[in-house]
Amino acid sequence: MADVELKLLHRRFGDVVALAGIDLDIATGEFVSLLGPSGCGKTTALRLVAGFDRPTSGRVVIDGRDVTEVPPNKRDIGMVFQAYSLFPNMTAVRNVEFGLRVRKHNGAARNKRALELLDLVGLAQAAGRYPHQLSGGMQQRVALARALAIEPRLLLLDEPLSALDAKVRVQLREEIRRIQLELGITTIYVTHDQEEALSISDRVAVMYGGKIEQIGPPAEMYGSPSTPFVAEFIGTMNRLVATVGDNGTIDYAGLPLRVDAARGLPRGERVLCLVRPETVTVVPANGAAVEGTIAGEVVANTFLGSTSRVRVADGGGDRTLTADVSTSHASALAVGTRVVASFPSDSPRLLSLADQPELPVLDPDNP
Amino acid sequence: MKPRRRIAPGAVVWLLVGVAYFFIPLAATLLFSLRDDQTGKCCTLANFSYILHDPTFWKTIRLSFVVALETIAITLALLVPTVYWVHLKVPRLRPLIGFLALVPFVVAPIILVVGLLDIYRGSPEWFYASPYGFLATAYVILAFPFMYFSLDTGFRSIDVHTLTEASQSLGAGWPTTLWRVILPNIKAAALAGSFLTLAIVMGEYTIASLAQFNTFSVFVQYINQNKAYPAGAVTIIAFAITWAAMLALLAVGRGRTAPITEGEK
Repeated sequence: MADVELKLLHRRFGDVVALAGIDLDIATGEFVSLLGPSGCGKTTALRLVAGFDRPTSGRVVIDGRDVTEVPPNKRDIGMVFQAYSLFPNMTAVRNVEFGLRVRKHNGAARNKRALELLDLVGLAQAAGRYPHQLSGGMQQRVALARALAIEPRLLLLDEPLSALDAKVRVQLREEIRRIQLELGITTIYVTHDQEEALSISDRVAVMYGGKIEQIGPPAEMYGSPSTPFVAEFIGTMNRLVATVGDNGTIDYAGLPLRVDAARGLPRGERVLCLVRPETVTVVPANGAAVEGTIAGEVVANTFLGSTSRVRVADGGGDRTLTADVSTSHASALAVGTRVVASFPSDSPRLLSLADQPELPVLDPDNP
Repeated sequence: MKPRRRIAPGAVVWLLVGVAYFFIPLAATLLFSLRDDQTGKCCTLANFSYILHDPTFWKTIRLSFVVALETIAITLALLVPTVYWVHLKVPRLRPLIGFLALVPFVVAPIILVVGLLDIYRGSPEWFYASPYGFLATAYVILAFPFMYFSLDTGFRSIDVHTLTEASQSLGAGWPTTLWRVILPNIKAAALAGSFLTLAIVMGEYTIASLAQFNTFSVFVQYINQNKAYPAGAVTIIAFAITWAAMLALLAVGRGRTAPITEGEK
């Protein structure tokens, strides 16, 4: 097992900057996910670690050794790819044996180890099948067993579940985590699926524009996003552009709202108020408007299973708030119902927009 | 019981037309070859016996077959790594190489041989005067388009990048990746190119004749000019031998599969 250091990694493709200086330390046995939208540089970073590409500048250090110029076949790194990568001419067991064959392990030991790993991923019964006889999920399990067979110092997973059905994806990601914990192998996992990253990682690094925006444990990333982009990308978030008012209030499009985090901030400062939808309460309007709440009507009510997402807008549409409420409660909140939306004053997080005139967009191709 | 699938009458007619198109000339040649060389009457195997007892027949067919195998080996050795590299590293060069591969179609063999004889005039005797040197070199050029387009199709049918990177991540170098991962997965394409090359070399007359090498096709042409009925026999024999050679290549190409290990039972 290994610790990994990425030191100021830059990668340019002509005029395009894919990585703009990544610094990342990963401890031995840690599971770190690189999370971000398409084009954020996460796969580029992984390929630099694997050795399939060379950085424009910067270094990759594994176990204290600079491997930046070491070819991929000498790095002792196991990798599972996004595309199905099993060798079509070999059975599952032969695929798993491949790395051991390259390392000249003897036949019996090779076969024993391959069968053990197929058993670990729950596919001992499919050892003699060819890739075309396996489902997508089974192929990725075999690919995982194959990557682990060589007892790599580091395991890289490049969106290994993106081609699978939602149910299989959930099942397999849990298995990946179980195996990772069982073997204690240092792992870097690339994904654009935040739920996937949050559910199985020790730490999540959110990337945007070739940089790491924020890195931390999943709960911290969800609860305390440090940039507007992270706030938008991790989970669903109400983003209220406001200015700091008096006595722990903010002015949201002319409406004063009580926010504890505003205390001590300079009056008039432009801020982004981040409110999680699950903290928002929506109740049918009953008489006059109450101070510190948004009075309006339900403009959308989307069924999500056990919860429903309710969108509230005031008369002019200047002020909106999204709430996740229980589906049983949401049945009383049909579109057009007059309601009042509010949130506890201690739940929002404020980010200063003093140096940020524009809010980031999630998809750079589709602003 | 599963109902039998009906074949449309139109399809049967077209199938029969196709079969007739290929087999009527062959049957006619066979019948012609069974006529007596003196009287012209049917049916005797004397013409086949005459050809099979001619030492030149065996000498020339051996020569052509060995040159064909050499051509296949050189073409595969040159083109498999090249096409692999182009697909992996410089895919934008594919149209250019495809265009170059068409050149042997455009340049007639009669022009090609004149140019090659001139270019290689100063080369060593063992190369210039040998069919295994000069002739095989010329045939590699003729085989280029057939082998290139077969291999190109084969490489397009697999995910070259992912397979290569998967192999490398498991510790394999370039030779192991090419030999153990890539080649087995483009085997069908390489075999198809090899069949075509074999057929071309076995039947090539212009270059061999002008460069004064006595290959099988030159022998066939000689028999055609001098003995009508044995010419039919030699054609049938050549047909059978070429098919047998192709089947042999297919058998070799399929190879022996690895023994089943415990996990595969």
